[in-house]
Amino acid sequence: MTNHWIDLKNSDCILIMGSNAAENHPISFKYVTMAQQSGGKVISVDPRFTRTSSKADIYAPLRSGTDIAFLGGMIKYILENKLYNEDYVVNYTNATFLLNKDFSFKDGLFSGFDSQKKSYNKSTWTFDNDEKGAPKRDLTLKDPRSVFNALKNHYSRYNLALVSRITGTSEADLLEVYKTYAATGAKGKAGTIMYAMGWTQHTVGVQNIRSMSIIQLLLANMGVAGGGVNALRGESNVQGSTDQALLWHILPGYTAMPKASQASLDVFLASIKPESKDPMSVNWKQNYPKYAVSMFKSFFGENATKENEFGYQLLPKAEDGKSYTWLDIFDEMYKGSIKGFLAWGMNPACSSTNAGKARKAMTKLDWMVNVNLFDNETGSFWKGPGMKPSSIKTEVFMLPAAVSVEKEGSISNSGRWMQWRYEGPKPLGNSKPDGDIIMELGNMLKEAYKKEGGKFPDAILKLKWDYMTNGKYDPHKIAKEINGYFLEDATVMNQQFKKGDLVPSFVFLQGDGKTSSGNWIYCGSYTNKGNMSARRGQKDVASNIGLYPEFAWAWPVNRRIIYNRASVDMTGKPNDEKRWVVKYTFDQKDGKYVPGKWEGDIPDGPAPPLSNPDGTARADGKYPFIMQKDGLGAIFGPGLVDGPFPEHYEPLECPVEKNFMSGQITNPTIPVYGTDADKVASCDPRFPYVGTTYRVSEHWQTGLMTRPQAWLLELQPQVFVEMSEELAKLKSIKNGERVKVASVRGSIECTAVVTKRFKPFKIGDSIVHEIGMPYNFGWRWPVSGKEESPNLLTPSTGDPNTRIPETKAFMVNISKIKRG
Amino acid sequence: MSKSFFVDTTVCTACRGCQVACKQWKNLPAENTVNRGTNENPADVSFNTYKVVRMREEVIDGKLKWLFFPEQCRHCVEPPCLDTAGDKSAIYKDEATGAVIYTAKTKGLNAKEIIESCPYNIPRKGKDGTLAKCDMCLDRVQNGLLPACVKTCPTGAMNFGEREEMLALANKRLGEIKKICPSAKLLDPDDVRVIYLVAYNPELYHKFAVASVFDFGITRQMALAKMFRPVKNIASGLV
Repeated sequence: MTNHWIDLKNSDCILIMGSNAAENHPISFKYVTMAQQSGGKVISVDPRFTRTSSKADIYAPLRSGTDIAFLGGMIKYILENKLYNEDYVVNYTNATFLLNKDFSFKDGLFSGFDSQKKSYNKSTWTFDNDEKGAPKRDLTLKDPRSVFNALKNHYSRYNLALVSRITGTSEADLLEVYKTYAATGAKGKAGTIMYAMGWTQHTVGVQNIRSMSIIQLLLANMGVAGGGVNALRGESNVQGSTDQALLWHILPGYTAMPKASQASLDVFLASIKPESKDPMSVNWKQNYPKYAVSMFKSFFGENATKENEFGYQLLPKAEDGKSYTWLDIFDEMYKGSIKGFLAWGMNPACSSTNAGKARKAMTKLDWMVNVNLFDNETGSFWKGPGMKPSSIKTEVFMLPAAVSVEKEGSISNSGRWMQWRYEGPKPLGNSKPDGDIIMELGNMLKEAYKKEGGKFPDAILKLKWDYMTNGKYDPHKIAKEINGYFLEDATVMNQQFKKGDLVPSFVFLQGDGKTSSGNWIYCGSYTNKGNMSARRGQKDVASNIGLYPEFAWAWPVNRRIIYNRASVDMTGKPNDEKRWVVKYTFDQKDGKYVPGKWEGDIPDGPAPPLSNPDGTARADGKYPFIMQKDGLGAIFGPGLVDGPFPEHYEPLECPVEKNFMSGQITNPTIPVYGTDADKVASCDPRFPYVGTTYRVSEHWQTGLMTRPQAWLLELQPQVFVEMSEELAKLKSIKNGERVKVASVRGSIECTAVVTKRFKPFKIGDSIVHEIGMPYNFGWRWPVSGKEESPNLLTPSTGDPNTRIPETKAFMVNISKIKRG
Repeated sequence: MSKSFFVDTTVCTACRGCQVACKQWKNLPAENTVNRGTNENPADVSFNTYKVVRMREEVIDGKLKWLFFPEQCRHCVEPPCLDTAGDKSAIYKDEATGAVIYTAKTKGLNAKEIIESCPYNIPRKGKDGTLAKCDMCLDRVQNGLLPACVKTCPTGAMNFGEREEMLALANKRLGEIKKICPSAKLLDPDDVRVIYLVAYNPELYHKFAVASVFDFGITRQMALAKMFRPVKNIASGLV
């Protein structure tokens, strides 16, 4: 979230799309309800009418996988009706930048596509720079080569009739949503988006979110209370685990993963240091080298020295061009190249897309260690449906883990709040906190490498690994390490620090080895003043917008709303005077304006705004989007692998033979896997219906923690498939009967829920039916063993940027079960 | 001062936290259920289930509505079940709160008669003949806590407090909702301590959502009790 949960209450219009917040983030509805009771509108866009839709002012159905068409139509509507905030678009976004004259887009493809490699050469996705090297700008928005006009041109194709043919949403519904949401472009109005896996789990997942980011920039909704782009994380600490680099392509704090070709520290540091030639751009990411070196000092302690490149050579490097995501891990495992597997707090036998492939892949392992609260479908895969235990060699070890309430430590919620929690009951039996398990594992690895040597013992032996107190994992030691220390006495920015002091903020981090910090964005969370995340202050800011700056701690630097400098006009005056986030007051000296101060939330840097109150420009003013190289919101976003503007492509498996928008049916850069388990059936009469997956309020993820819980199983006892009355009639299916749902990859038995909440879509000139299933089930529990995971049906493909799997749109068939 | 619930169905998301919280606080066993082609489960209130969120799909004025109704004992101001039982050791009213309480001695009552006396069809008989239903979490309330279902509600659908405050809140919300939805109403606000606000015809939510005018006062015991009934609180007059 750029904003945070409580901030939802400040919104004039909440678009809930790609999420079913009422069911899957039930507490969020406390704030959604508050917004509604203050006159805000709630819009629910979903293939199925959900509990969220039941509370919305407007509901619009769309076919799964067509969100970019839907949102592209909104971009066109905003531009053509001039509903964007022109001051904001001109001054705070890159809409005014002139594009490289060789940049082009033709029939679904951007310039630079290599059809052999299925990837883009992005050399033309650049700006036309002036002699100093800064992008040329056209503040009148008239130049045909400006980003603004390229955007207008790109989405000119997304007319209502065409969008309706693709999405299946009626033109009237599209217009009502566009009109209602675009009204938040007015001065002092705020609109926000709540999205979750309904947007990410597609072959165009990242571009779905980019589409909304563009809309939010056009409507001046970034940086304001009640605005922003808000990802609702699927678990209470997913934000924290991502911050700490759960994903392969980053190190903690979103530092890029070193590549094999980056042979020295200097080469690596240069690659993570963007350069801007515009003095008005803060270009904060140019500080990354300091953060990286401080992180290496944290990893390796005294073993990281200037002479050994601060331990850079001890780090693993990713092979250039190679991907190491979940999809890739299970593909490699399936092919037999992975021998051992730690399944830690995961249940891939049910949560993996194409779970049948994942289960079969596990049979190729020599060993698996399953660290979890309970035995699950993963640890017991060898005795699951269709498995022959005597022919499976994999040795499985179960390590019982303590549940979250039995452990002390922090979680970071979707709103980036790091919140300290205390140990409740003691862990049961032999179960241990994950911290203890990983510390002991590390100690034993160190011992083994010391005794026996190995291919590269230093990577383990030189790790700083001193986070235990009296033989127990100490969460405070880890939290302090993540924050960082001064490793020597130092004077930074006129402040004196002693060796051993905790670093109060990342602005003090050094690139010469004098400081450590396990994760720069958390620097400031645990300082000499104490554990900031354990704070429980109840005081709000003066504007009463629910920031509660003394409750817990938010990264970065306790900033509650990111890019908040974009909430003020050029002179630092809030655009929304009532719900203001920050404001700037200049001082005057000798009849001149001199720097004054910001009030409210922690601003994105202390520099004054771009103009004086009399409208004259300031040389020391800074642009608001400090994490962007050019300092301005990226309407043109060349950072992704599949295009600088989002474009509608069909899902890998889709019900239409052609993409109505272009000659390119699917995203041209999507990952494809080639084993015999990676079957695809698109536009195949055997699988005529669109399938999607979701969760229910009553179960948690794959249901590991909730299916054995009798009170929850009572509420949702069985895996079900929801379908329209029309489809049920077509297939002679009765409400409540057990039916078979199949894709080309597998099939499961479900209880039919025949409902008015699904309706057939009119796509092009055809009727397309969609069905949906909750993925919260698996054979291990309930005891019948018949409630299987719908992920047995989902495909092995995903977004080309992140490789998050496409589990939200695929093709299936549904049939009655013939008994006896 | 007596207590009441105000249940604002217009903000209920049917997350069913209330249903689970009820079972958890009471430590009531789960029922063996199957999916009956609906999210709603268990199918009805029972000896072990005091609270059920009803879910109904209705097309009203051409638009689909999903109506949620967290059902429980209404704790009637003049409880017909109490009057029907005529045995204060089996069914009594807690004077301080107004909670209608069933004891183990309900085993000795004519269960059928008690159940039939309830205009909302709430009490249920256990295997040994004992009757059970919501008790307003009297143990919690007497210790200054909110009933479990209210404590767990994220949206403000479930509210609990002094009767006057709840009636005021109910009427305030009714006024707000009526502007958007003229058919909105409070269900039997003068007669019950669990006051529901619904946006549409109550019968669409559940057959027994609202009491029929003929449902009150049918038994002999009740007829006798009625002779001593105090003047009603005309709460609906506040609108």
